[in-house]
Amino acid sequence: MKTQKTTKATYQVPVGPIHPALKEPVMFEFEIDGERIVDVDVSLGHVHRSVEWASRRRNSVQVLYLAERICGICSYCHPIAFARAVENAVGIEVPDRGEYLRIIHGELERMCSHMLWAGVAAHEVGFDSVLFLTWQMREKLLDLTEYLTGNRITKGITMIGGVRRDITKDMFPKIFETLNFFKDNFEKLRHVFLDDKTFKLRCQGAGILTYEDALKLCAVGPTTRASGVKKDVRVDQPYFAYSDLDIDYITPDALTGEINGDVYDRIIQRLLEVKQSIDIMEQTIDKMPSGEIVAEPKIPKLLSTLKKAEGEGIGLHEAPRGEVIHYVKLEAGSDNPYTWKVRAPTYNNILPWIPMLKGEQIADIPIVAASTDPCMSCTNRVTIVDKEKKYMLNKEQLHRKSVEKTRRMMK
Amino acid sequence: MRFSMLPTLLSQMFKKPFTNKFPAKYTPSSTTNFLQAVSKGKAKIIPPVETPYGFRGKIEYNKEKCTGCQLCIKVCPCEAIEFKPEEKKIKIYLSRCCFCSQCNDICPFGCLTMSNEFLLADADKYSKDLIVE
Repeated sequence: MKTQKTTKATYQVPVGPIHPALKEPVMFEFEIDGERIVDVDVSLGHVHRSVEWASRRRNSVQVLYLAERICGICSYCHPIAFARAVENAVGIEVPDRGEYLRIIHGELERMCSHMLWAGVAAHEVGFDSVLFLTWQMREKLLDLTEYLTGNRITKGITMIGGVRRDITKDMFPKIFETLNFFKDNFEKLRHVFLDDKTFKLRCQGAGILTYEDALKLCAVGPTTRASGVKKDVRVDQPYFAYSDLDIDYITPDALTGEINGDVYDRIIQRLLEVKQSIDIMEQTIDKMPSGEIVAEPKIPKLLSTLKKAEGEGIGLHEAPRGEVIHYVKLEAGSDNPYTWKVRAPTYNNILPWIPMLKGEQIADIPIVAASTDPCMSCTNRVTIVDKEKKYMLNKEQLHRKSVEKTRRMMK
Repeated sequence: MRFSMLPTLLSQMFKKPFTNKFPAKYTPSSTTNFLQAVSKGKAKIIPPVETPYGFRGKIEYNKEKCTGCQLCIKVCPCEAIEFKPEEKKIKIYLSRCCFCSQCNDICPFGCLTMSNEFLLADADKYSKDLIVE
């Protein structure tokens, strides 16, 4: 009798650019064998919005509000990184109190963002009641944001050289009330996320990013810290007043004693960071000095200083998703920045998707993809269109183009 | 516990919903009819959550104080403010406004303020309610 020989062929499954499992347009091309993912390719460039181009006709104060609209969730880190870049270029010294206030808003945003992510992660797992629970708790943070800045999402609190609104003593009770609410409910949150069987089954061992891969692929933020890499701009290069505070790297082994680098560890990481942010906010309020909140309160005077200024600057900030970098070049005699470049944290967190997704099941794609907290529209910084035709550049071509542009800018 | 969300879910059955049911407890089958009933006094609107101090809502403009210095036009990020050269006054299109209150900060005479009004949805972007002058 002849034995029948079967050859198993892999097949391809495209996910995206528009797909119910994805919140933003991004395209995955999966090579699938049965239910297992053999290979994956990511293609970007579906949501370019030309934010940087729009900055060419706006002065630096106007660009602050444009930067705020790069990302809805990071509506504080982009303007603050831009402001830091401009301060770096011009040499504006931010007053002490301004630096402390900036920390409060930064940490508040981190908590909001991580709570939002925790809800999204629950939704991707298919556990929607946890989504509602976390977002109900997040509502307290949004109320506090609205109370401190005047709006829930687009805060409009950043100003070049400081912040726009002060936090007075009579505002402290509301801040402490919210922080205490989180401290009291943190155990409940931990219990729901970390002890539940559903989460354990779905997240433990899924989407593993090893320590070596995280280092090699330059992952940033909670994604890399969940793999055990100690990388945090707040500790590495302390800015604002972070050097005055007691702050250290947080990795998931603080709670569990071991690092696996899976989705479960990323949940632990973000929950621990919420706890750390509460601690930082309390320290900040405790140590806050009195004084001015902004270096130059008269905006017409600030604008004329910026018009005269020349030079280039870099602004770093540890956004909830990782390190965000803004580069600004100012030209004397022009209101508008000569160049503005944004590197959003998700840009670094795209390549780690590939080792995370390889070997996983199809059903795990949404939760693994969401576990880096991707933000595609912030990441899309360039698109090449020639005569209504879109095309791609390879590495050498792109490198040549960048060299050309740098030379042009150096002139 | 294996299903740690269960107690919360069970207790939620006996709790009031967290959200504020604005403007009505259940979605009315016809919004126009509902609004007519409200104006006649037959139905009631559940009030929205109160805005905090310092909320940035619809801009209010004090025309008498304005001298037409155009500083607000210089900083407006979304070009929502138009200058009227004959009168030397400004005109604000709220459909373009991003409610950052930068014009309030820069105004040397304090003629621009932010009110608490936030229900500004309109089908026509040039309607009377959305133009401040």
